[in-house]
This record gives sequence, structure tokens and C-alpha cells, in this order.
Amino acid sequence: MSVTAYLVLACVLFAIGGTTVLVRRNSIVVFMGIELMLNAANLAFLAFSRMWGTLDGQLAAFFVMVVAAAEVVVGLAIIVSLFRTRRTVSVDDESLLRH
Amino acid sequence: MNAIDLTLLAAGAAEAPTGVSLMWLVIAIPLASAAVLLLAGRVADAWGHLLGVAASAAAFVVAAWAFFELLGREAGERSFNLGLFDWITGDEFSLQAGLRIDQLSISFVLLVTFVGTLIHIYSVAYMSHDKDRRRFFAYLNLFVAAMLLLVLGNSYLVLFVGWEGVGLASYLLIGFWNYRTDYAVAAKKAFVANRVGDVGLLIAMMTMFAHFGSLSFDDVFAQAGAAKVSVLTVIGLALLLAACGKSAQFPLQSWLGDAMAGPTPVSALIHAATMVTAGVYLVVRSGPIYSHTPNARLAVLVVGAITLLYGAIVGCAKDDMKKALAASTMSQIGYMMLAAGLGPIGAAFAIMHLLTHGFFKAGLFLGAGSVMHAMQDQVNMRRFGGLATAMRVTWITMLLGWLAILGIPPFSGFWSKDKIIEEAFIGEGWQPWVFGLVAMLGAGITAFYMSRLFFMVFHGQARWTDDQHPHEAPALMTVPMAILALGSVALGGILSLVGFAEWLKPVTQAFTEVEEQEPVLPVIVITLTTLVLVLAGAALAWVRFGSREAKVPILPPPAGALVKAAREDLFQDTANDVFLVRPGQAAVKGLTVLDTNVVDGAVRGIGWLVQTAGEKVRRWQNGYVRSYAATMLAGVILLAAIVLAVRL
Amino acid sequence: MNDVAILAASVNASMTTAEQFLFWIVAPIVVLAAGALLISKRAVVTACSVMVTMVGLAFLYVGLDAPFLGVVQVVVYTGAIMMLFVFVLMLVGVDISDSFVETIRGQRWIGVMLGAGLLAVLVAAALRATLPTFKGPDNFNLNLLDRYEAGWSEASAAYQTVSEYSNPTGVATILFRDYPFTLVVTGCLLIIAAMGAVVLTHRDRLTKSIRQGDLAALRIKHGVQVTPPPSPGVYARHNAADVPAVDPDGRIIETSVASVLRMRGQMARLTGVAQDLLPGDVPPAHRAIGAPELPEVPDGAPAAGDGSEPDSPPPAEPEGGEAK
Repeated sequence: MSVTAYLVLACVLFAIGGTTVLVRRNSIVVFMGIELMLNAANLAFLAFSRMWGTLDGQLAAFFVMVVAAAEVVVGLAIIVSLFRTRRTVSVDDESLLRH
Repeated sequence: MNAIDLTLLAAGAAEAPTGVSLMWLVIAIPLASAAVLLLAGRVADAWGHLLGVAASAAAFVVAAWAFFELLGREAGERSFNLGLFDWITGDEFSLQAGLRIDQLSISFVLLVTFVGTLIHIYSVAYMSHDKDRRRFFAYLNLFVAAMLLLVLGNSYLVLFVGWEGVGLASYLLIGFWNYRTDYAVAAKKAFVANRVGDVGLLIAMMTMFAHFGSLSFDDVFAQAGAAKVSVLTVIGLALLLAACGKSAQFPLQSWLGDAMAGPTPVSALIHAATMVTAGVYLVVRSGPIYSHTPNARLAVLVVGAITLLYGAIVGCAKDDMKKALAASTMSQIGYMMLAAGLGPIGAAFAIMHLLTHGFFKAGLFLGAGSVMHAMQDQVNMRRFGGLATAMRVTWITMLLGWLAILGIPPFSGFWSKDKIIEEAFIGEGWQPWVFGLVAMLGAGITAFYMSRLFFMVFHGQARWTDDQHPHEAPALMTVPMAILALGSVALGGILSLVGFAEWLKPVTQAFTEVEEQEPVLPVIVITLTTLVLVLAGAALAWVRFGSREAKVPILPPPAGALVKAAREDLFQDTANDVFLVRPGQAAVKGLTVLDTNVVDGAVRGIGWLVQTAGEKVRRWQNGYVRSYAATMLAGVILLAAIVLAVRL
Repeated sequence: MNDVAILAASVNASMTTAEQFLFWIVAPIVVLAAGALLISKRAVVTACSVMVTMVGLAFLYVGLDAPFLGVVQVVVYTGAIMMLFVFVLMLVGVDISDSFVETIRGQRWIGVMLGAGLLAVLVAAALRATLPTFKGPDNFNLNLLDRYEAGWSEASAAYQTVSEYSNPTGVATILFRDYPFTLVVTGCLLIIAAMGAVVLTHRDRLTKSIRQGDLAALRIKHGVQVTPPPSPGVYARHNAADVPAVDPDGRIIETSVASVLRMRGQMARLTGVAQDLLPGDVPPAHRAIGAPELPEVPDGAPAAGDGSEPDSPPPAEPEGGEAK
């Protein structure tokens, strides 16, 4: 039951993060939603690691964090670069692939 | 069953004499000549006609040679199967193309080549002013080759090749002067009517293949006795349809009148003597099939009788000389069909009448051509009259032909036509009375309209226009006419004397033994009554048209309903139009609409569908990241749901 | 599975009460903060609510017997990543707020529906899974595979449980013993990320950069002072930034002190720093140009007021003083 509780919490956080990506227009907020999703995955990893009694899950969460950090770096650099050229952080304005 | 005939016909075991084995030349030589004349082009204009005549004459020589060899044989040994090459080799169906030389086919070959050669010679003079004379001879040779293939083929398939070939040649020749639209339309009409008949031949061949597994005459006739009557009836009726198309019998007779648009030699050769008799040949050759199906035979009789009267009635009202002769041809072939439907004995007389008819009708046509030549291609008989003095030779030859067709003894027509009328009176129940009386009546009407034609052209007052100076035709034209006139006089008697029916017996009575029967009326009564009717008809015509006091109006006078109908070919064209042409055109229109809307519509619809679907799907490509993210998420959810549903 | 049975037999079936307490208090906070991320208009508020979420999650991690990761969560995520977010928000504009009018038709409803759908699918998967029962905190093993092979009872003897290994040590052991290659690759990833950030935010100069030589040429052209202003402070006496320099004549050089200090009146008086350089000794003609007039000092009296005079803006420079 307990693992399930943590899992459900992780699912809820994941869903909220996903909805944020879809609904919000500010690209920085969208990015935060993505971070939230990664955190939800971490939580699930740790819950399962505790369930199995091994530390592999914790290791996986660790790597997730590292990669999330790298990703944030690059992502924010992109946002900054876009902001410098277009003076906007709205994701809707980056629509050059429009028909 | 005649056992001897069976084995001989089946195996062709007798060693073929040289002339017979060279019979393939009669087809090859005219065909090669046609090819040369067509391919050589204008280069051959100077000598093309001579080559054509020579080819036809060569064919006649070979045919005569084979004929004399056949004469030298016993009655039962006169049938040869000359295999040429393996045409179709298959598991289920194999056919060896070859020629069958027997009494029936050699008779036809002689007729075609002899009359054909005479008409070739005639055409040299008749077409001398035409710049396309070489092409004319090429087509004539092509026709001769195809007709000979038709009568010489040893299987229905080879016959069919010749059948189609003569149809093609007829089309080419009717529409020879194709810069006249109405001539081209007449050629098309002839071809289409023939095509309708060809459907019959195809159905018959398919049925034969389905039931007998073979198309060669030997196989089919051997198995015909054992087949079901219903199958044989179907085959018989289908063959009758084919014969109607080719021989211009009711209901496919409307093309013959229009076919007179071709040059007169064409009308003489094709539409009098030979091609139109191909239907009769088909029926007579298929005798073994017809002998087992009384229903199909009855159909043949009925068709023959109807056409006989039809042609006669129409012929009475025609002012165009050639069209009147065409109606006469139609009617005489009706006689032949009637005879062919009477059974093996009648079939022999049908062939005899065919041979004599070939001579006198060709002679009449050539005479008509001579008259046209003299009157500057005029054909309206109301503008002729009194030509007897101006064109003596033509007058004499046409006189002899006229007497022959009337059936006045001792001219040819008497021997064959009277015999047919006699045969028509043989039978049980109502049939002999009906058909016999029809045939007699037809003879009377024939006498009337043929006399009308003769008198309107040659006797009575001259009704020429002022610019006409009729003169006799050149020798190249009058000599063939004279030879044909000789045939008109003598052929019937000669054939009767030598026992032509006896000569044909191994063919017509190969699979059935028929005993002689007596007509329901005494023979002498039939003969005398016919003669009286004929003379009455001729006298009536003399009074109306030929005597010096007869007033023949220049314009067709108003007349009763029957005459008006006869002028309109008894509304056959209208009937064709209403029953065939209009529905056909409507069907084609409907099919076109179907094709455009349904078939093309389906194809275009696919394109439209793809395009519209693409158009709708394109909306998704809106360039917005969030939209794409939504799509991805939707996909993920879908996959997860599927996995969930399946696995857990 | 033998293993699972053994696992089940040896542990408590559910969370301890303390853990439950922790979970049920922290979890709603986390969810609410995440909801705030979704709902709030102002970007900074969202950043702060995400930070709250991260910290809450750190609590949960510690509760899940992953103290190392909990701390790393706070340090890396909250401390570094969210700070990066805040920096970028500062760059972009702190008080920007999103308008909540949706530009793409139906996107909001599609988004909410898909989010709900995602939640439904995930929760369904989570609830339908049959999981082995929860292990207690004392039975961590470093190597599941070895445990399978050795059997449970031997395993606990053969391998130290987490009570001997502290959590960071355990994690480190696994990391360096079993996943060294992954570690190296992650290092490469980090380098690339850093390089990427530099490359992406690099700005190309669009105009020519003005160097020293150009500046000097400009100064000469416009006739302003070419040399840099003198440094503040009296040589060998005082070098504070608010002490003016003194020229050879003993007059103070106004421009040696930053103009801000001058304007604020915070320039120091020499009286407090260099007694022997009081301007009284200097004949007025030699005083520095623009030096304020000092009150006359009576003879014998000690120097009055060091730096207590009211400030006054320096007078305008007199036109061309007498030069000696």
C-alpha cells in the first residue's frame, strides 16, 4: 500500500507537470513543468528502490538529477538566446514551422 | 450413317492429288497480289489492274484443275482435308488450320473465281477513269482471298477468319469513294450489321467448343448426332443469326440497299454473287447440325420465307436500279435459305440456285453498270426508258438475265427456282402449304418487279434528260456480260442434266439418309401455276411500264400505304433505329455518364479524399509547440492504455 | 518467487506511523504547490511554488531512506536549478505575467483533458500492479543479484546491510563499482552542457568594439583630459577612496575622488589626514583650481573641523588662475 501511495503521488505530480507543458505559454514555466515531471519520476524510482531493498533505484534517481541539471543549463541558455533575439518568452511565438 | 463417308471425312485418308494439294494457292495468290498492290503504292498504278486480273485468273486455273481431279474420283472419295499448319495448340483445345476440298467447297470456289475473274476484267474498263483503280483491285483480290478461305476452311474457326475477311473487304469496297459521307456511312452500316451477325457465329462456336470440344467440321459433325437437341438448337439459331447478317436476311437486311453505294462491280461480285451467299454456305455446311433440330430448321424456313416476300415487295417500289436489284438479291437468297431449311435435298437445290443466281444476278448488275456508264452514272430508272435500241448488247444480256430470274424455261432460273418451290411443298401439316404458297407468290411478285425494272430501263418512251447520249459499253465490259449471260441461259440446264444434286449428295446427306418424298401438290400443278403467275406478273409490268402507251411519271407518283411503306424499305431502318440504335446510343451515353461519374469519380474521389484528408490533417501542423506536445501526450496515453488493457 | 516470499516474510508490511505522518502532511503541500505552478499568473510565483515542491520532495526522499538524494535534491535542484530559473526570470523581466487568454483554439481544454487522461492511465497502472510488499528500512542490500544467488539467510550474512553502510557510501559503492562507465559518460554530458550554454548565449558583436586607442583618439579630438584622473589618497599617508590627492603645491585635486562621493559631500578633508598639508600654508595663488575657500583660521588655534563643515558643491572653476 505504501509504495502505491508514493506511486500515486508521483503520478499526480507527473500529470500536473504534463498539463503545465500543454497549457502554459511562458516557456520558463513550461520548463518548470518539465522539471516537475522529472522529479515525479525520481520519486517513483526511490519508492521502488525502497520496495526492492536495493540502491539501484537511488542511483538512477541520482543520474536523473545530474542529467536534469545539464538539461536545465542548456534549455535556459536556449531560452535566453531566444529572448535576446525575439524579446519574447512565449512558446507560441516560436512557430516558424507553421504552414 | 454412311460408314464410308464417315471415315473418309474424318480421316481425309485418301491421298490428295496434286491439284487438290495445291489448293492453298487459290487463297495465297490473290492475297499476295493484294499485298503487293497495297504496298507498292502509286508505283503500281500502271500495271496494278493487270496483276489483279492475273491473280484471280490463276486462282481459277488451280481451282479448275482440282475440280477435274475431283471429277475423276469415285463419289465417296471426293473429300480431302488439306492440313496447313498447327494453329492453336493447347491442352484443352487444339486446332489445325487447314482446307477442306469437297464437292460443296469446290463448287463455291469455281463460282467465286470464275465470276470473280470476269468481274475483274469488267472493272478494268469500268474503273478506268478512277485514279484509285489499283487500290480497287487490291481490295477485290483481298475479297477473293477471304471468300475462298471462308468456303475452303475445314473448321469453323478458319471459316470465321474468312468471314471476317469478307466483311472487311465489303466495308472497304462499299466505302471505296469515302470522300462521300453517305457512302462511308453505308459502309459502316454494312459492317455493323455484319457484326451483329458475327455475334451469332461466335456464340455458335463457343457452344460447339463447350459441348464438342472442337471446332473442326469433322469433329463437330461426328458428334452432332449424339448431342442434346437443345444444344443443337442453340447452335443452329446462332448460326442462323450469323447467316442473316452476312446474307442480308430479315432482320439484318437493311444494309444491302445502302451497300449499293459502292462501285457496280463490287455490287455485282460481293453483293450478288458471292459474299451474300456465304450465309447460305454456312447453313448448308452445317446441315448435320440442322438435320437434328427441327426448331432451328423451322426458324431458317421462316426467315427465308419472310425475306423472300420482303425483298419482293420492296423491290416493286424502288426507282433506283441498283437498289431494286439489291432487293432482288435479298429475295433470291431468301429462296436459298428456304431451300436450305428444307433439309438435305432442299440444300442441294439451294446451292444450285446459288450458282445460277450468281451468274444471272452478276450479269444483271454488270448490265446495270453498263447502263450507268452510258447514262453518266445516273441510277434513277424514271429517267431511263427506250435504251434497247441504244445499247443492244447490254439489252440482250440483261434480257437473258431477266428471263433467267423469272424462271422461264429453259433458262437457268427455271431449273433451280422451280425445284425449290417444289421442295417447299414437301412436308407434313401446315408447313408445305404455307411455305409453298409463299414461294409461289414470291415468284409472281419477282416476275412483276424484275419486269418493271427491265421495261422501265429499256422499253417504253425515252425519258432521258437532254444531256444524255447513251452508247454501248466497251468490249472489256460487254464480253464478261456476254459470258455471264451464257451462264444465265445454260447453267441451270447443264447442272440439272449432270445431276448436281447427286454430285452434292455425299456432302449434304453425309450424316442423314433422306428418302425422297412427294410434294403435297402434284409437280405439274406447281410448275404450271408458277408459270402462270410469272407470266401474269410480267404482263402487268409490260402494261404499266413497258408498252409504248405506258406513262411512266418522272417523279414517283402518290401511292397507297403499301407502296409508300415499300419505298421506305418497309420501315426496317426506322425499326432498327428505334429498337437498336437509339437504345444503343442511350446505353452508351449512360455508360459514359457512369464512366465519368462513377469510375472516374471513384478515381478522382480518391484524389479528392486524399487531398481533403491532407487538408484537414495539415491543420495540425500549426507550428505551435504546445499543440505538438498535446499530440505526443495523446499518443503516449493511447499506448499506455493499450498496454494496460492487454497486460494488466 | 522464492525471493519475494522471503522478502515478505521478513519485513513489516507497511509504512511506520512516523513515515505515514510525514507522507500525509508533505504530500498535500507538494501537490498544492504543483497546482500553484499550473495556475498562477506571475512567473516568479510559479518559480517559488516549484521550489516549495522540490523541498517537499526532498523531505519525502529522506523519508524513503534516501537521505543522500534528499540533500542532493535540495542542493542541486532547489539551490542550483531553480536559482538558474530565477536568474533567467530576472533577465526576462521579473514582473511579467501571462495572459490567460488561450491563443490556440481548444488547447486549454485539450490540455486539461489529456492531463486528466494521463493521470487516469498512470494511476490505473499503479493501482493495478501487484507489488511485493514494502521493505523496512533495515534491509537494504547492495546487490540484488547476489542475494538471489546466495539465498536470503546467507545474503544477510554475506552482505552488510545498510546499517553498516551509510547511505552515501552505499550509493557511492554502487556507482563506482557497478556503473563507472555511466559516470564517465555523465561527466562528458556535463561538460558538453556547459559548453553548450556558453555557445548558445554567446553574443556576436555587431558593432566595432571601442578600444583604448580609440578612446584616446576621441579624447584628444574633443580636447578633454587625456590622461586618466589622478588616484585618490595622499601619497604614503592615506589611500582611502574618499581622500583627495594633493598636488605638489598642497592643493587638493578634486578629480581624484569619485564624483559620486564629491556630490554627496563625502570627500574627506585633509585636516583629518595630513596635518602638515593644510591649505593654510599654501598661498592662495597656488591653491588647486576649484578648491573651496577655506575659512580663515586664527593664529595659534588648533585646526578646526575636520570634515564637519557642511558640504557645498565645489564652485565653478575660475577662469585661468594666475600661474606662477
